[in-house]
Amino acid sequence: MKLKEKIIEKVLAFCALVTVLTTLGIILILAVQAFAFFKDVSIVEFLTSTQWSPLFAQKHYGILPLLAGTFLTTAIAIAVALPVGLIIAIYLNEYASQQIRKITKPVLEILAVVPTVVYGFFALLIVTPFLKTFIPGLAGFNALSPGIVMGIMIIPYVSSLSEDALNAVPNSLRQASFGMGATKFQTAFKVMVPAASSGIIVSAILAIARAIGETMIVTIAAGLQPRFTLDPTVPIETITAYIMNVSMGDVARGTTAYQTIFAAGFTLFIFIFILNNISYWIKSKYGLKYE
Amino acid sequence: MSKSNSGSINDKIFKGLGITATVSCLLILVVFLGFILVQGLERLSLEFLMSLPSRFADEAGIYTAWVGTLWIFIITTLVSFPLGVGAGIYLQEYGKKSMLNTLLEINIANLAGVPSVIYGLLGLEVFVRIMQMGNSILAGALTLSLLILPVIIVSTREAIRAVPSSVKDASYALGASKWQTIWKQVLPASFGGILTGVILALSRAVGETAPLVVIGALVYVPFVPQGPLDEFTVLPIQIFNWVTRPQHEFIVNAAAAIIVLLLITFAMNGIAVYLRNRWQKKINW
Repeated sequence: MKLKEKIIEKVLAFCALVTVLTTLGIILILAVQAFAFFKDVSIVEFLTSTQWSPLFAQKHYGILPLLAGTFLTTAIAIAVALPVGLIIAIYLNEYASQQIRKITKPVLEILAVVPTVVYGFFALLIVTPFLKTFIPGLAGFNALSPGIVMGIMIIPYVSSLSEDALNAVPNSLRQASFGMGATKFQTAFKVMVPAASSGIIVSAILAIARAIGETMIVTIAAGLQPRFTLDPTVPIETITAYIMNVSMGDVARGTTAYQTIFAAGFTLFIFIFILNNISYWIKSKYGLKYE
Repeated sequence: MSKSNSGSINDKIFKGLGITATVSCLLILVVFLGFILVQGLERLSLEFLMSLPSRFADEAGIYTAWVGTLWIFIITTLVSFPLGVGAGIYLQEYGKKSMLNTLLEINIANLAGVPSVIYGLLGLEVFVRIMQMGNSILAGALTLSLLILPVIIVSTREAIRAVPSSVKDASYALGASKWQTIWKQVLPASFGGILTGVILALSRAVGETAPLVVIGALVYVPFVPQGPLDEFTVLPIQIFNWVTRPQHEFIVNAAAAIIVLLLITFAMNGIAVYLRNRWQKKINW
């Protein structure tokens, strides 16, 4: 009986260990291939060249165009998702009746469960043609449309995380504010939002990480053309879209072109890793304030 | 009280803004889904579901795609369910408050945030190349299992945490061992919550495109996979392929396939929500 208990514990421990192996595997694989890549390409060129063309005859290995593309789509997505998500969270938490909340929340969650490839379809076939009626110079593939659609996709993410943060603020704070004669608006923005600020910041950081890592929408609607620009109306390529672009083709293992997707993946992973740890740090440092 | 507090002009403006934002989101959803239905509903037929892919849009179907999705779903479930629940039990019931455990927790939080395309790179090297599975269903399912593992672990832990310690204490007091307590008391009491988390995670796996493309899942598969080591395609990849074609007929196919994919996704989420509500109602500690 004792032995059986021990074996079961070991088996369960192994299950937990798989997550550690996954992390180690990701880091090791990205590092090994990226290291092989940097044997052929200097880090200086990688970080400073403004051209990225590993698949062409004239090869350039500058990550900047991919970073610019990623930055651009992410910035647009956050510009949409953060204000709208926050407004919805504050509205639902401070203004809406219990009934409205009960209906709205599950419907908003539908936005979050739609597969990303479907959002790519929306961006390319609905939003881009729609935007073209306002912006005549807009290319068929651009950063603006996938950025906006990505933002729409992230709204429920921001709103539900921010709402959780607002919910965690004790009701006594709200009552005290009302007791002092404050209006709902004053209470929301001078008491509730500041009190929930750490949770709201975490939701923003996680939203940024989501946008940076989003792949299908930008692959479908942004154009797959690396370009060092911050112009949202022209075709661009993000880090994630580049990885997809190479994966769809036939690139032999061991070539520099093959290694580029791991170098790109490594760059992406570093950004995500930093953002994740900042949010974890904020959560553990400020998260328990009201519990 | 709230009546007298809601009189300010700022309040009215913000309330209007909040309603506008919420309604806009719902409207966008309606427009998107409506567009898909208008484009794709007519194309949807039994023939479309049972036809092999084709160069000709009006002959092409999603037979290989949904069979591939079914294969991926089954194997991913078989792998991720025991692994994720096992890890969740370990972390919640066996793990002590140690450095190692804190690290495990940070690690899982981190993994949950890693973009799916990076899991594709992991699967490409580990399963496809090193373990030589090729671009098979098995390699795809294992990759997706790792991808959804953090979600399953977190929801398992939450479900187990909700079981009151009095239940466990009673079990121990009757002389049950640790595993007997977990197996006979904790798991049955938390199973609804665990199942909800697993289904939500699996619905995410079913909708994934990027990691499977990266491990080399094919865009054109003219045959139905017979076993887990066969090459495959899935619904999202088939949709991706059709969306990127310029001809309108393929867009119609994509819309029809999206209807099928959304039905699967929404059904899974619906089941999960139903289970969650039922489970919450039934167990009232």
